[in-house]
Amino acid sequence: MDSRLPRPALRRLSPTQQQALGVSVATGAYGLSFGALSVTAGLDVWQTQALSLLLFTGGSQFAFIGIVAAGGGGAAAVATSTLLGIRNGFYGVALAPLMRPLSWRTRVAAAHVTIDESTAVALAQRGSTAAILKARARQGFWWTGIGVFVAWNAITLLGALAGQRLGDPTAWGLDAAAAAAFLALLWPRLDHNVHIWVAAGATAVALALTPVAPAGVPIMAAAVVAIAAGTLTYRRHKTSDEGAP
Amino acid sequence: MSAYVMWWIAIGAAAALSFATKLAGHLVPSRVVDNPRIHAIAALITVALLAALTAVQTFTTAQELIFDARVVGLAAGTLALMLRAPFLVVVCIAAAVAASLRALGWG
Repeated sequence: MDSRLPRPALRRLSPTQQQALGVSVATGAYGLSFGALSVTAGLDVWQTQALSLLLFTGGSQFAFIGIVAAGGGGAAAVATSTLLGIRNGFYGVALAPLMRPLSWRTRVAAAHVTIDESTAVALAQRGSTAAILKARARQGFWWTGIGVFVAWNAITLLGALAGQRLGDPTAWGLDAAAAAAFLALLWPRLDHNVHIWVAAGATAVALALTPVAPAGVPIMAAAVVAIAAGTLTYRRHKTSDEGAP
Repeated sequence: MSAYVMWWIAIGAAAALSFATKLAGHLVPSRVVDNPRIHAIAALITVALLAALTAVQTFTTAQELIFDARVVGLAAGTLALMLRAPFLVVVCIAAAVAASLRALGWG
């Protein structure tokens, strides 16, 4: 094998495309843990694959199978997954100046691959003119969105097939792996004091309600903490900014 | 209705709502949602849900609070996060630590 072979091909890719491929491979890789955790939570390979193909947003997918594993019902799984997906709605808004105008068909495709990673790569692009910036942002969005979609789905299947052969999931520490997966998704967001306090409050509320509320409810109750904190923070923020234009 | 069919319906509903949320963002005029309060609350909902999911997955079994090998596994994962380990490494470390403790007969 000639290890120099792929290099000219890689060099022909723009920096944006290289970035997109890197993010796609890295993100796709944790489809392995999703696939394995989903089948050990109790869904079958088809249901696991359907989540990656159709729901296609990692946090919501992990939340969904978390409720399945905890013995919760379908309604709680759908509600938690949907609440966790709210941020994807804001991504479309943030992308508007770079992505619009879009035809209907393109808009539908763009919506499906509007996730953390495609948005982050698109918004991270720089350009000396507005036209260059827009072209790079669009390239970053599509290459990352489609790249993650392909890698995430292919590797989910591998994980699901591997998970079926594992036997007792706790003997492999897969319950601890699921907890660590949520924490790893949370970690980069703990960059403000308010976020840290909300995370602590949500933890306390969820644990306090666990013995008394049905599975899934303690997690949704944590969202109430967020709404209360968001409302209060915004009010204080606004008051301290009074007089500013 | 069997549990199997119920979960298929839940998957379909979650997928439809996820797509509707994503599409809504591409449809609304920016000025409608370009409100700092709404953005702050959306970011906080994500933080709160992920924190609650971490806590419930680590400290509870059915409706009981339990302290077992998962807690130590998560502590090891936290250490890996502080050392800026990538996602898969963090998840594997947590699993390996919990599995090792159980192999030794605890948790």
